[in-house]
Amino acid sequence: MRGYASILLLILVAVALPIIILNLSRLLRPSWPSAAKYATYECGIVTTNEAREKFSVRYYLVAVMFLVFDVETVFLMPWAIQMKELAVFGFIELGLFLFLLLFGYGYIWSKGALTWE
Amino acid sequence: MDKLASLLHTSPAIAWMVAKLVIVFAGVFSLAAVWTWVERRGSAMIQDRIGPNRAALFGKIKIIGLAQPLADGIKFFFKEDLVPHDANKGLFWLAPFLALVPALMGFAVIPFGRSFVSGGQEYHLALLDPGNGMGLLYPLAIGGMAVYGVLVAAWSSNNKWSILGGMRSSAAMVSYEIGMSLAVVALFMRAGGYDPSEIITAQGGTLWKVLPNWNIFHQPLGFIVFFTCMFAETNRLPFDFAEGESEIVAGFNTEYGSMKFSLLALSEYCHLMTASALMATLYFGGWQVPFVQDPSVMLSVLSFLVKMLFFAWVFVWIRWTLPRFRYDQLMHLGWKAMLPMSMVNLVFHAWRMSQGH
Repeated sequence: MRGYASILLLILVAVALPIIILNLSRLLRPSWPSAAKYATYECGIVTTNEAREKFSVRYYLVAVMFLVFDVETVFLMPWAIQMKELAVFGFIELGLFLFLLLFGYGYIWSKGALTWE
Repeated sequence: MDKLASLLHTSPAIAWMVAKLVIVFAGVFSLAAVWTWVERRGSAMIQDRIGPNRAALFGKIKIIGLAQPLADGIKFFFKEDLVPHDANKGLFWLAPFLALVPALMGFAVIPFGRSFVSGGQEYHLALLDPGNGMGLLYPLAIGGMAVYGVLVAAWSSNNKWSILGGMRSSAAMVSYEIGMSLAVVALFMRAGGYDPSEIITAQGGTLWKVLPNWNIFHQPLGFIVFFTCMFAETNRLPFDFAEGESEIVAGFNTEYGSMKFSLLALSEYCHLMTASALMATLYFGGWQVPFVQDPSVMLSVLSFLVKMLFFAWVFVWIRWTLPRFRYDQLMHLGWKAMLPMSMVNLVFHAWRMSQGH
């Protein structure tokens, strides 16, 4: 039982619960459709155009920067649990690694990718 | 306790696993439901109102309105379910699952009490036994999945408010995730492992004889970063850009109603519970009881619950005390304050450890 069986069981239960609830609700709830009910909400006026429009590029930049930094964090994790044994050597390693990271961080900051107005 | 232990001897390991599953699942789910009521009562208390105090069981038993979540649940079952014609039907149905499943799964590795030995066998009070190799990487990974629920709900609704809310909150969630994981790396360093049980064991005893040996007293800066990031991760005020009800109607769940809305709302509270449990485990000693060397199993479970519910209350407290941030302020705080702060925290503690502290 040391394996991940309980996680599998948990996924099954977690998926089954919404399915059961939604289906039970389907049996109980009324359904009187009308065109107005199924219209997309827009402050009570008739919806004008598609919602999926062009979006500010900053959001995508954030996603790209997140990817870079998150991968760097993942690299730090195996290092972190060895820190007790690595001692000074580990600290120098961290310094080198973080220097490169901070270099990139300074670069994106200077390019204004972190500035929102 | 003895009766329970003798029952455990006769039952195989599977029964223990199922029992833990029921405890974790039902516990988180029902606490989340109760917390919808606590939130409304809490907001009422803070704003000098009364709040829901009327709902009564069978029209008689009125325990300060504690039946309110039950009444809400029943009402959600009987509400007409609308899927807008412009929505992407499949994804619209999938979004509540994507929100709820990670919210319910995050709790699996967190120990909610100390392990005990009975009849030569060791029983762990966490769904996954310690030494599973994933440890706290698992709740971090599962927590990262929460972005999909919000984003899929927002995009599939094909509603302008929804997309605004979804984009804003997904960008905020990923921004704060970096600061959060760097704060946790500093904790891994101190404990020398990923496993929550190792982290909790490292927090036993006292610090300078007057304080419990909790991580918050070792890494206060890390705690501030982690605490702040948890608000962004759970989409709670002051960072609730997914919903932002005074700005963008109801944000990502504008088009949701009926049971699908209730699943989305419940998933938020399940996240809140997991986040509180994480804070209690990582920075406040988990099931450790301050100044008690070897707490009994019951005491340890109680200690964990008190810490967890305290943080769950702090979430409510802060929501009704602070106003919402402006979006550019949020991004500045995430990238220009939280990230450097967590890096400083990491470097400082790495330096201390390299000096043999």
